[in-house]
Order: sequence, then structure tokens, then C-alpha cells
Amino acid sequence: MVFSSSGYNPEKPMENRISDIGPRDFEEFYPPVIARNKGKWLYHEILEPGLLVHVAESGEKVYTLRCGASRLMSVTHIREICDIADKYCDGHVRFTTRNNIEFMTDSEEKAKAMKADLAGRKFSGGSSKFPAGGTGAGISNIVHTQGWVHCHTPATDASGPVKAIMDEVFAEFGQMRLPAHLRISLACCINMCGAVHCSDIGLVGVHRKPPAVDHEWTGQLCEIPLAVAACPTGAVRPAKVEVNGGQVKSVAINKDRCMYCGNCFTMCPALPISDGVGDGIAVMVGGKVSNRIGTPQFSKVVVAYIPNEPPRWPTVTATVKKIVDAYAAHAKKYERIGEWIARIGWERFFSLTGLEFTHHLIDDFREPAYYTWRQTTQFKF
Amino acid sequence: MAKHPTPKLDELESGPWPSFVSDVKQEAANRLENPGKIEHQIPPDCPEDLLGVLELSYKDGETHWKHGGIVGVFGYGGGVIGRYCDQPEQFPAVAQFHTVRVNQPAAKYYNTKYLRALCDLWDKRGSGLTNMHGSTGDIVLLGTQTPQLEEIFFELTHEMDSDLGGSGSNLRTPECCLGTSRCEFSCFDTQDICRELTMAYQDELHRPAFPYKFKFKFDGCPNGCVAAIARADFSLIGTWKDDIRIDQSAVAAYVGGEFPPNAGAHSGRDWGKFDLQKEVVERCPSRCMAYDGAKLRIDNRECTRCMHCINVMPRALRIGLESGASVFVGAKAPVLDGAQMGSLLLPFVEVKPPYTEVKEIIEKIWDWWMEEGKNRERLGETIRRLSFQRLLDVVGLSPQAVHVREPRHNPYMFFKEEEVPGGFERDLQAHRARHKR
Repeated sequence: MVFSSSGYNPEKPMENRISDIGPRDFEEFYPPVIARNKGKWLYHEILEPGLLVHVAESGEKVYTLRCGASRLMSVTHIREICDIADKYCDGHVRFTTRNNIEFMTDSEEKAKAMKADLAGRKFSGGSSKFPAGGTGAGISNIVHTQGWVHCHTPATDASGPVKAIMDEVFAEFGQMRLPAHLRISLACCINMCGAVHCSDIGLVGVHRKPPAVDHEWTGQLCEIPLAVAACPTGAVRPAKVEVNGGQVKSVAINKDRCMYCGNCFTMCPALPISDGVGDGIAVMVGGKVSNRIGTPQFSKVVVAYIPNEPPRWPTVTATVKKIVDAYAAHAKKYERIGEWIARIGWERFFSLTGLEFTHHLIDDFREPAYYTWRQTTQFKF
Repeated sequence: MAKHPTPKLDELESGPWPSFVSDVKQEAANRLENPGKIEHQIPPDCPEDLLGVLELSYKDGETHWKHGGIVGVFGYGGGVIGRYCDQPEQFPAVAQFHTVRVNQPAAKYYNTKYLRALCDLWDKRGSGLTNMHGSTGDIVLLGTQTPQLEEIFFELTHEMDSDLGGSGSNLRTPECCLGTSRCEFSCFDTQDICRELTMAYQDELHRPAFPYKFKFKFDGCPNGCVAAIARADFSLIGTWKDDIRIDQSAVAAYVGGEFPPNAGAHSGRDWGKFDLQKEVVERCPSRCMAYDGAKLRIDNRECTRCMHCINVMPRALRIGLESGASVFVGAKAPVLDGAQMGSLLLPFVEVKPPYTEVKEIIEKIWDWWMEEGKNRERLGETIRRLSFQRLLDVVGLSPQAVHVREPRHNPYMFFKEEEVPGGFERDLQAHRARHKR
């Protein structure tokens, strides 16, 4: 490899330096039909799964083809997206919050030709490159985090379980036959980058063992008071420990108080928390962010732990499928999962899905826990 | 022949959903072949080593990435996340594999010229692997080495007129839905205010001076497509104050079956004939609608703007004209003290350039939080610790019934000394004159 300079001069870092310029202006990137009709859209319609039309006051229409994608994406794949956008969309494309790709054109004919073209594009292993869907009352793409691909605190992988789950519920991505939208998300630890805590089905990586303490290194790698202060339950305290015949400053973990959040590890790398046997996935359901009919809700834990089963996480995918199937069979039109459960009651949710109710599911974290216990004579046998 | 056998990952190549494993393999093959004669500035086999380290994680059930370490570009305290592999001898091409966050254009519209330039940059100076996009909205360039960071930043700023996003205890890259650009529901121009605040607060975005991360998100309407209410320390969610606009002839067209209800969103199952009474009037959470078979009436004073009726009949019902946003504060994910939903701070704010009112609120909140917030304490946690009342005082707002779902359950109230005649000083002698010891 021969070093190739961008023009940056390490001897004079401030020479010609440009900073604080922010992102490019979005207006540069609008397809012309969007630029012409911004703020003047009248209505939209989903013509078929994955294909939307928006109609403006001017009478102009924009057709949007929405396709699923893996958020971990190579530049080779992005270049193929660019080729498609150049061919059908005059060089314009956008991405959605849920990692879908949107190709827009003002011609219905082009949109349909594009849809047919993209339906045939496959990766070498046989998977679709650009599955159309993610619209209406179905399952859209899963928003997720980095997992084992690139993160230092995960309790599970993200891209792998997401691929396995989307394969399992693929039919619902390309159809609109559920009672309402169903949003799945996955976070590989309880830090939860992304809105996993407000999803119809949220999957979250959990640890189940207190951190190991690398006493030899705690004093050298960590600010001990910060590690102590990082613990939300007061389970970490300073301790003097004997290492190789000498006394060192380290920490001690009160194992009964630890709820394995890993925040101490974030502050102190000498407290590793990952554990192949201890780690796995918890399943949460019934959350949402929309204010439609019912108010936004947090997801609630319904399965405390499923072991990591790479590469295809069969128990996780089967559990998700079970919940989706029970919801599809029993919910009324417009009910999100949480609204369906609010109507039938949690005891009925557990009997309909066949999920086991375990002691972990009764809240015992801080004051809000009390408000989740049953305080009425109304319940179902 | 692959550098590392990946029997477990190979199982993720089958099935219909796009396979990231196939995509990474395709990148690995392209880099090896290098048809464009790119002068790769980091080891060209890093996609293969990434698959190798991931395969090892699939075997061990544990990650093989270490804590970040401090790397970045001169003058910035965020935007680059240092990443090192804990098996560098086995996987030397990803021994250093830092992430570069690039601030995305608002609502993620691109042209291919820009995307191709980004691909060229990342082909040459990075792994060729990205996230489109990260959870917060950034373009995530996944994997490069320390000597490339300044080079990448130089090319981003000089050639692509682009800048880094946020990381660490600073303003994170703001994010918005696509707003009025392609959505008839949007109550304000989400992209414009997102960009304006991003530009106004570049210093806060690049140089960590906060107790912890701080997120702005902008949802154009209560449907909440970017999940602002669940994720953002400060969010604007579109709303309106006047009446829902009704086109009665379009209502009749929905009833008559000429227009597909829900814009076609439920068309995959036979739900029977559209029933306006059952599906809209009786589903309205505030029961503020009535339909007499000819005319749909809305008691707009009672409407809570949940969007249901508008979602069901977008050609008949439109958001009001006096539109703006509600301000919510303090949302966050669980770490540390549990998840928090955004709480309503201001029922209505006009969202018009230059957004002075919004900026004033933000800056008052920041001044207070930077003074009072503890290390790694999100705004929502500071509010919980010091009370919502304190926040109202800080922002200069009067308490209103809309601020609560219900009043407090307990009588443990704080009174201000000036609210109590005579203040808090007690006269013990006078007390003892009335009551013997």
C-alpha cells in the first residue's frame, strides 16, 4: 500500500482546515417532482405492497418504490442502488428511518418496470437484494444496532438475528394483511440505541452474569470512583485486593444487587460482562411510538431469556412468529399489539401465545414497579 | 477461496431477506479483484477479516471488539468511534477498525453523484462497508485505521462539502422524518428546522460539553415516524390548533367504496365493507365525531389530534392550517434508570424560520442541565431528580393541566416560602404560650 494524501498536511493541521460546515443541504438532493410540490401534497395511496403514490395540488404524482435492505451495506451494493436510481429515478434515492430504500419517479410505468427489475435481483446466496414492501398493515424492516459486527458491549448479535427473523416473517413484509402496523426492533444490549423500548416486538440482548473483575488492571485502566458511581443499584464498591502478593486498589461486586446492565464495563474495561453462556435475548411486546388511537407505550418483557443460538436463532424466530401469529389471528382491525393486549388482558396474551409467565416478568426495579402489579378484582381465569 | 472458513455465517446467506453475509462477501471479492485499480489505504482484505471475527463470535457467543480508545480528528471531540479487535493476530486487517459517523442530509435524500463519491472515498480509505444508516441517522462508515482519519475528514470537508456527526457527550446528529417534502400529514418543515438547528449548534455537536448525549428529533405529525417521543431529549412533534379540514364529497366517496380506506394500507385482507361509523367514529379516542349517513361532523374542540381518522381517509380529512408543533423533553432508552418517554413541555409552538422561540427554549434547558446535570445523566433523569416544576421555572412556563396525565397521588408537596403567610420561620415562644410543654 502506498500512502495517498488527501491534501492534509500533518505538519500544519490547521492549514486549509474546514470544519463545522454541517451536512449538505437537503434541497440539493430533492427529485425535481419533490422540489416542485413540497408542502403541497394532497393525499397518498399504497397501490400495492411497496409501491406508494403521492398526489399534489398541482396534479403531479410521485411514485415511490420501497425496498427492504440490510443496514450493513457494502459500497458495491450502494453502487448498484445508484445504477438503479440513475436508470429509473434520474439519479435520486432516499433511505428511511427503518433502513428501507425508496426509489422515486414521476412515472407509474417506470415505477412498475423498476419493481419488476428489482424483484429479480438476488445476492449470490439466493436472497433478494431489493424486496418490495414495508408499507401499510404489515411488518416493516427491523431497526437494529451493531451487535457482534462492531460493538464492545453486546449481549447478542444484531445483523444475524435480524436476518433470521426477517426470513421468518418475510411474507408479512411484502403483504398488508395484519390488523395494523407491526414494528420489530432489536438492540444488542440494554443501552438500546434505537427505539426498541417502544416497539410492537422489541428484542434486547441481556447479560445474566455479574461482570468479572480483572483486579490486576482495574486500578490501571479505570477511574475507580467512576466505576462505582456508574452502578445504578449500588452493587459496585471500592475494595483493596491482594494481587501477586501486593495490595491493589480495585472494586468488589455485590452479586445479589447486580442486574447485569454493563454500565460499569462501559466506564471500566477491566470489568468484562460478556459471557457466552450467560448472554442471550429478552423479548418485549406491546410498545409503540405513534399517537394513533392509543397513546405511545413502552414495550413489556414477556420472555426473560432466550439463549443465543447462532447462526439462525431458531428459538427467537419461533417466539416472534408465535406472537405475530396470535396477534394476526385474534386482534381487531386497527389494534396494535399493545392495544390488542390491553383489551384482552395480559393473562389472556400468555395463554393465547403459549408463552410461559416466569418470576422475572414481575417488575421489581424502583418505584414504578408497584404500579404494574394487579390492583383490581378484575382479571380473567 | 475465502481467507477464513465461515460455516456458521454461510447459513445466513439463504432465505429471502437481503443477506448481509452475501453482501460482505461480494465486497471482499470486489476488493480482491479491484477492477477500479483503487489504491486501498487500509488492508483490502478487511471484509474477510470482519467475517472471520464475526464467525468467531458466532462460535464463542461473545463479541471480539474492545473499548474505543480516544481517536478522532483535530479540534473535534466526537464523530469517530475508536474500535479495536481483541484478536489482532488472527484478524490483522481489522485490528483497528474505527467508525466514522457522517452527518446525513436531512431525511436522507441523496443523488447518485454524492453517494458514488462517498463510495469512492470509502473504497479507498475504509473497509468498503457502511451502515445506511445508524440508529441516530448518521451515515456510518464502518472500519478504518487511525492514520486515515484526518485524510477522510479532509476529503469529506474539501471534496464532499460534508461533516462528521455526533458521538459522546455532545449534541447527537439531529434527525427528522421527511416532513412536508413528501407527506401531506406534516405540520411543519421538519427538514428545514433539523438543518437549521444542526448548523446553529455545530459547536455543541462536535465538542462534548454536556453531562451526556443530547438528541433532537423532529416528527412532522403525531404518527411519529422517527420515534421522537421515545428517543429524543428534545423533540418537536407536529400538531395543529384549528379544525381538521373536511371534504364531505370525499367522505361520501370513502363510504361509497370509490376510494380505498387507509390509503390501501389494509388491502391485503378482506376486512369487509368499509364502515365509517365503526372504523372511524367509534374508534376516535375522544369520541368527538358523528356521522349521520350524509355528513361527518367533528367537534374540533374535543379532538386530541391522534391522526386515526386522517390516516383512514387521507383524501377527505386534512390537518388544520394553524399548524406547528408540541415540544416534548426527556425521552431516553433504559440505561440507566429505566426508559423514559418524552414529556409534554409546551403544547404549541410555531415552527417558522428563524426558529427563535425554539432556540430560546433549547438554550435555557441546556444552561440548566449543564449546571445541574450529573456525569452521564440524561436530561430526562435530571428532570426526574430535580422535578418537572424546576424545568418549568427554568424555561419560564406556567404549570398547566396539560402537563400531567393526572395530578399527584400523594400530599408531599413543596410550597415556596413566599406562598405561605409569614414564611417558614416559626415563633417557638408564641407556640409555647399557647401550648404547654
